[in-house]
Formats: sequence, C-alpha cells, structure tokens
Amino acid sequence: MNHARRLVLPLVAIAAVFFFPKLSISQEQTQAPAQGSAGQAQAAPKAEEKPSKPGEDPFAPHPAPPLPAGMTGSDVNDPRVKLKAGMYDAGEIAKGLKHVTFLKKPDAFQIQATSSDDPSVKKVLGQLGVGAAELEKMPKTLQMVIAQLAFANSDFAFQGNHLFQGNFYGVNIYDISNPAKTSLLTSMVCPGGQGDVSVHGNLMFMSVEMPNGRIDCGTEGFPPEPAPAAGHEKERRLPVPQKERFRGVRIFDISDIKSPKQVAAVQTCRGSHTHTLVVDPNDKDDVYIYVSGTSFVRQSEELAGCSGEAPDKDPNTALFRIDVIKVPVAHPEQAAIVSHPRVFIDPRTGVINGLSNGGSHGKDEEKPRDTDQCHDITVYSALGLAAGACSGNGLLLDIKDPVNPKRLDAVNDPNYSYWHSATFSNDGSKVVFTDEWGGGLGARCRANDPNKWGADAIFNLKDEKLSFANYYKMPAAQGDTENCVAHNGSLIPVPGRDIEVQAWYQGGVSVMDFTDPAHPQEIAYFDRGPIDPKMLVLGGDWSAYWYNGAIYGSEIARGLDVFELAPTEQLTQNEIDATKAVQVKELNVQNQQKLEWPATLVVAKAYVDQLERSQALPADRIASLRKAIRNAEKSHLKEKQVAKLRAMTGDLETSAGTIKSHADASRIQALVEILKHPVA
Amino acid sequence: MNGFPLRKTICDACRMAAGVLVGGVFACGTAIVPLAHAQKASGGAVVVQPGSPGEPTKKLPGTTHATLPPISPADVDFMQGMIMHHSQAVEMTALIPTHTENKDVRAIGAKISSSQADEIRMMQRWLAARGQATSMKMPSGSGMPAMPGMDMSDSATPGATGIGLMPGMLSPEQMEALRKARGEEFDRLFLSGMIQHHGGALVMVKDLFNSAGAGQDAEIFDFATDVDNSQRAEIRIMQRMLEELH
Repeated sequence: MNHARRLVLPLVAIAAVFFFPKLSISQEQTQAPAQGSAGQAQAAPKAEEKPSKPGEDPFAPHPAPPLPAGMTGSDVNDPRVKLKAGMYDAGEIAKGLKHVTFLKKPDAFQIQATSSDDPSVKKVLGQLGVGAAELEKMPKTLQMVIAQLAFANSDFAFQGNHLFQGNFYGVNIYDISNPAKTSLLTSMVCPGGQGDVSVHGNLMFMSVEMPNGRIDCGTEGFPPEPAPAAGHEKERRLPVPQKERFRGVRIFDISDIKSPKQVAAVQTCRGSHTHTLVVDPNDKDDVYIYVSGTSFVRQSEELAGCSGEAPDKDPNTALFRIDVIKVPVAHPEQAAIVSHPRVFIDPRTGVINGLSNGGSHGKDEEKPRDTDQCHDITVYSALGLAAGACSGNGLLLDIKDPVNPKRLDAVNDPNYSYWHSATFSNDGSKVVFTDEWGGGLGARCRANDPNKWGADAIFNLKDEKLSFANYYKMPAAQGDTENCVAHNGSLIPVPGRDIEVQAWYQGGVSVMDFTDPAHPQEIAYFDRGPIDPKMLVLGGDWSAYWYNGAIYGSEIARGLDVFELAPTEQLTQNEIDATKAVQVKELNVQNQQKLEWPATLVVAKAYVDQLERSQALPADRIASLRKAIRNAEKSHLKEKQVAKLRAMTGDLETSAGTIKSHADASRIQALVEILKHPVA
Repeated sequence: MNGFPLRKTICDACRMAAGVLVGGVFACGTAIVPLAHAQKASGGAVVVQPGSPGEPTKKLPGTTHATLPPISPADVDFMQGMIMHHSQAVEMTALIPTHTENKDVRAIGAKISSSQADEIRMMQRWLAARGQATSMKMPSGSGMPAMPGMDMSDSATPGATGIGLMPGMLSPEQMEALRKARGEEFDRLFLSGMIQHHGGALVMVKDLFNSAGAGQDAEIFDFATDVDNSQRAEIRIMQRMLEELH
C-alpha cells in the first residue's frame, strides 16, 4: 500500500507550490473589501482566522481556538492522539476490538489515477475548471484530494449474508458469509448522494438528494449553464427544470444480487437525505418509507407542487414536514407518497412551524419557529415510537398509525448545533441523540473543542417524555486534519447492558456503555491516524454497526472495515459470546428491532460476569453460580444439574428485591428466568 | 491476512506486559502495527448500472472508473463570496473578549468563531484544489469585487446596502458602531448584527441552489446545506438571547 502513499504526499507539496502564485495575488484582492468593511484601521481584529497570507499553505490545518470558559476539551494523553497519518498505511490502534479485515473502496467508485496520460484525467480536471495551462503543470495525483465526497461511502444495510454499503455514487454489495473473508459481489453505479440504503425482502431503497442525480442512474449530471452574455452578468438565472433529474427515493429489485433493477423512483421536493424503513406490525402487504429531506426545495416547474415558501405565504410549503411513501411489497412500482406529516405543528394554534431550538418556553409563542426538517428518524415499531433527530430539536413521535405520526414530545439543547440521529435503548427507557456540529466536514474533536459540542446527548424516556441525562463524546483528542464529530451507531446486543458502537468520522469507532445514562463510558475503540498529516482530507467512519457477531465500519474514503469484539475488563468473553446468540435476518439500523436473547447458559454467564463486575453479589455466591452453571453445561442440561440451578433462584430473587441498582436487579431477574428454564 | 500471525504475537507480548486483554491492532509502547490489507476488492465482482425504472440494468466493464459531475461558475462564486462573508463573522466575534462579559454571548461567539474559521479553511481547500482563486474576481480598475449571480437588492438582507458586501454583511458604519459599543449595548448590536449576517448566508445558499448547474459537487452541496441548517439554528438561539436582553 506504499503505492498510495506515494500518491498523496508529493501531491501536497506540489499543489502548494503550484497554487501559491495564484493565492498571493488573490490575497491582495481580498484585503480591499475587508479593510473597507472594517472602517478605518482600528486595532486589527484578532480574528482566529484570516484569509491566507501570501505564501501561506492554503491546505495547512489551523489549530482550534481556545477552549471556551467552563468547557472541557478532549484528552490529549490518550494513545489515539499520536497515530501516524496515511491513506492506507496510517497507524492504527484498538482496544476491545479486533480488526479482522479491510477492503479498499472498489475501483468503479474511484477516479482512475494511475496513468498520467489517461485522457479521462484531463477530462475530469477540465470539468473542475482547471484550464489547459494549469493542467500542464498539475500532478495527476491531485485527484486524491479533490472531490472525495463525490465517491464517499455512506450508510449500511444488512440482509442474510449480504452487506449493502451506500455511497454518493451508488451502492456496493458484499458477501459477508465469513466476515473475515468479506468479498465484493456488486458495484452498482447510480450517483446522487448520499446513498442512504435500506433493504426489505427483495427490495432495496436508496436516498438521492443532490442536483446531479439522474432518473436513469447516469453519471454525467447536468451541464452547467453557458456564461452569461456581456452586460447580463448580474442577472439571476434560475436552474433549467430537468425532467431527467431525480431527487427522492429509488427502489430496486435485488432478487438477482448481481444485477439490481430499478423498479420505482419516487420524486420528492427536497430529495431524500436519509430515509427510514417502517414496517407496520399490522400490515404485511405494505412497507413505509419516512423521507427526511434537509436540502433545498426544488422549483415547481421541475416537480409540480413543490414550494419553498414560508408557511404564512404558502400553507402547502414543502418545508416543515416529512414525507411518507407507501410501498406495496408485491407491486413496488406503485410506490407513492401518501402523506406529508406536519410533525412540527403547534397543536394549540395549528401553525405548522411550531418548534424551534430556541427553547420551548420563549416569550415569542406567537412567532414562527424555525425547525423545518428532520435529518434522520429512528422508528421502534415494537414500542409504537419514533425518535426524530430534526435539525433544531429532538422529537418523540407516536407511529402506531405509521402514515400519520404524531408528536409526543420535543426537546432542545443549548449545546446542540444540529440534531442528527437517534438510537433507543433496547428497553425504550433511553434515547441517544447525536449532534453533527459542522456537518462532518470539520475537525471538531481537537483538544480545544468542547466535549459538549458535537457530542451524543443521552435522554431518559419515561411516560412519553424525554429528559436530559448527560453528554458523551469520543474522549481522545483528534488532530487538526481529522474531520470528527458524533455520527451513526447501533446497539450491540450485550444482555443486561446498554451498549452502542458508533462512528466518529476520522475519530474512528467508539463503543459506549450508557446503561447508566448519567455516566456513559467508553469501553472499546478503534482509531486510525489522519489520511494526511498536513491537510484535512475528508474520510473516517460514517457508520459503525453491529450485525450478527461482527462490527462493520463504513470508511468514507478508504473502504470497508470489519471488526470483532475482543475481551477486556469492561467486556468479558461470556458477554461477547452472548451477543452472538442474537442473530437477525435483516438489519436497517433506523428501523430498530427489539433484541431478544435465548435462555441459554451462555447468556446466564454474561449476567453472572456483570454481577461480579458491579459487586452486586458477593464472591462466594458468584463462584457457586459459576460452578452450578458449569456442571449443568457439562451434563448437557441433565435434569439433576438443572434442578440445582433452579434451587439457586430463590436466594437470587430475594437479593434482587434488596439491591438498589435497577440494572443489577434486572440482571438478577433475567438470570433467574434462565436458570429456571435453561435451553441448549 | 499475512500480517495477522505477527500481530497476534505482538499482542500476546502486550497482554503479558500490560496484564490486560486487548484486541487485534494494538500499540505496544509506541510500536503501532497497521493491519495488512490482503483482500482484493475485485475478483468475481461485477459492475452494473441500472436504468430508469422498469428498464434493464447494464453490465459495465470491470475496468470502469468513476467520473465527476461538473462544477459551475456559481459554485466558485459561492465559495469565494462565503469566505469573505465568514471572515467578517470571525472579525465580529474577535471583539467579544474585550467588549462584553455576557456568558451567553461569549459562548455563542466562541462557537461561531470556531465553526466559521474552520469553514474558511475548508472553502480555501475546496477552491485551491480546483485551481480557483480564494477570493472574488475584481472587474479591472474598479477596486470592488463583482458578485455574479448575487442579487444585492434582496429584501431579506437589510444590512447589505454597502457596495461590495455579500448579503447580510455589516456595513462599515455598523462595524464601527459595534466596535465602539460595550456591555449590553455591544451584546445587542452583536446579536442583531450576527442575525442579519447569518440571514445573508441563508440568502447566499438559496442563490446557489437557484443557479443553473450549481451544487452538483458533493462537498459544496453538503457544505452549503450545512451552512443553511446550522446558521438557521444559531439565528433562533440569538433571537431568543436578544429578546432576553430587552
């Protein structure tokens, strides 16, 4: 992999040399208006950031500003701090995770950069506005640092032995029948970003939001407008409506996994940034898609009925709503939008813009509010609930009627920039929200970035009300060239504990225990060094999800990582074995399923380990429990040994009644149930 | 997986030394051992491109590589203009330490400064990597930047009356007033000024996506969308703070 490294590093140097003259000139130009707006030269403002000085490397990172008063930053002594940079040979470190394999992003999702004489290179750079003279001097390898996001890996879905990795450029499908030997099956080219992906039976769903999305999956996008005629430079020219443009949710038939076929494409006004598969427990014939659009509203000339007006100007505005698509499973080609729930409505006044992040107790109750979109919605149909991460607010929705979700509660947080995603605890007593401060494009985990900004916020959920418990941010300080903020995660099915594995872009993967929501703790991690030591090149983990015994990381720039849990003091082998007892047929993380553990002795041993760790039971009782379980296992659950297990349950139930910790009492109760009726 | 047995050996040594179990890739002291990347991403895999709904899926050659959508002049104008726009926000926040003790204003100012300073770097990288100047073009001899595609008379940008300013930017007079104010007067001018300034950023994003061929580049698309989302949120926070001052 040294090959790739050779591509990146000289490139930085050459790019710097190449661009300096241009930047020097432009800098002089910048000064004029800046001075003008600053009035007479008073004491020059001590801006943290100024436009580049002549000769300054425009790619160089910039240190974080000082930590605001009263805030705590990230840990600079963590072993993750000093990892070597590199695209494919970065330093790596892990605790409690075993990195079992890595696969590079498929060639079909990368620009060809091997031959300097390749005409496609010229074409690509020409499209980027690089002129012929500049092209002469430009290293072909510059492609390594431009437009990475155009081919960024995004979210995951899983089904059987298949992993679906979304990408701004399409979807890659992998065979994960043996996670350590994961292999690529299909690269499906179909650009439009972000490529958020879900699967259900023979259907695959994919989000498209960007203006280059084409209904025919074409890669060419749409041509830029020709330069305006002389004298008309300042006139605003609206985009030409494009019938071939597609922004919304695509539906593919994946019965032939090597040849997904597009069967429907449901257009929406704001496109689909993310979507959520919703399965109504009472309706086997249809599934629903909740569409979260966060982007601009397109013209009605392109898609009839689309309006981006304020609600007082147009009550049918495409802002302040989500879209619900109904998909008849046997006839996906009939998929269509069936409702536009106004989830931000003020139920008292009926105004549709009834929520904001400015506090729910403001004096301006009559004024319009600003939260006009959800970023992602996690549904938990078994509970009839959804948690909406909706830009300025965290929402709790009742989805028992999936076509008409109703808001139950809404929260905001002064430290939150952008409510991004949500995860319920398995018992539904907590919700973990994330704040994607800076949209994932910036370095926001530096030593001086506050650990309450760009963090998870854990809320208790009781009686349909959310109440704040604490923040969690991946604790290790990251470099100036590492984009880092809270991102997508999923629960790991450790019985008796609430554990989430989560992606933090170039902050890597962090595994958090939030059993006690007021004291969340990291119990495992994986991290790589930055892609580049001298400038921020976008990358890192978009999603890190557990699926049937392995953890998969979607690395935006590099590819696909596969991990397994490894035992530590904070997670025993028995607890890891118990996670493997949970096997699901499909996993769409935002369609959260209730995790259930079989009544096996493996699971019982996990509870015993936890009761030892928390010292809920004295050592001698732990030892006798372990001995009895061991004997029962050895005897293959002979009645005589099982009877001994049953005999221990009376004392355990007594203990459960006297233990203060709710978590420990629940563990003992669950242990008792297994010991009474263990299964093989 | 050639590297695996070696790594395992190192880790065994680590375990003994540290007395804890660790997984996979582990730094033993300062020795950091990256995982060997033995898997080939190809081999039996297919590259396909679906057609429009109902149309067949094409098989593409295994040698297919990705191509980029075009960027438009409006993209470049947006980035160049937003650098100038952001610079003024950073300039405004730089006054806070010497001009007010208000904790809330200090906190939101620190966040805006940190966010926008970082975004300036991102925009500079975006432009430089595409061979573009990091500031706006000037018509020769005018000394003023031209703003193609920008409608300076937009009613949503009350402060953008000064020639040569991006929408919502504070006029020299407004900046001067801000610089002279202290305490609560500063808080009021800062918050109302920053609300005006942020409002201009929303106009700039709207203009970008209202320009033909714009926003097809993934980074500019994501960045502009994030500017809209996060500044909209900050406007609400500042509006509430402003109300509490009155």
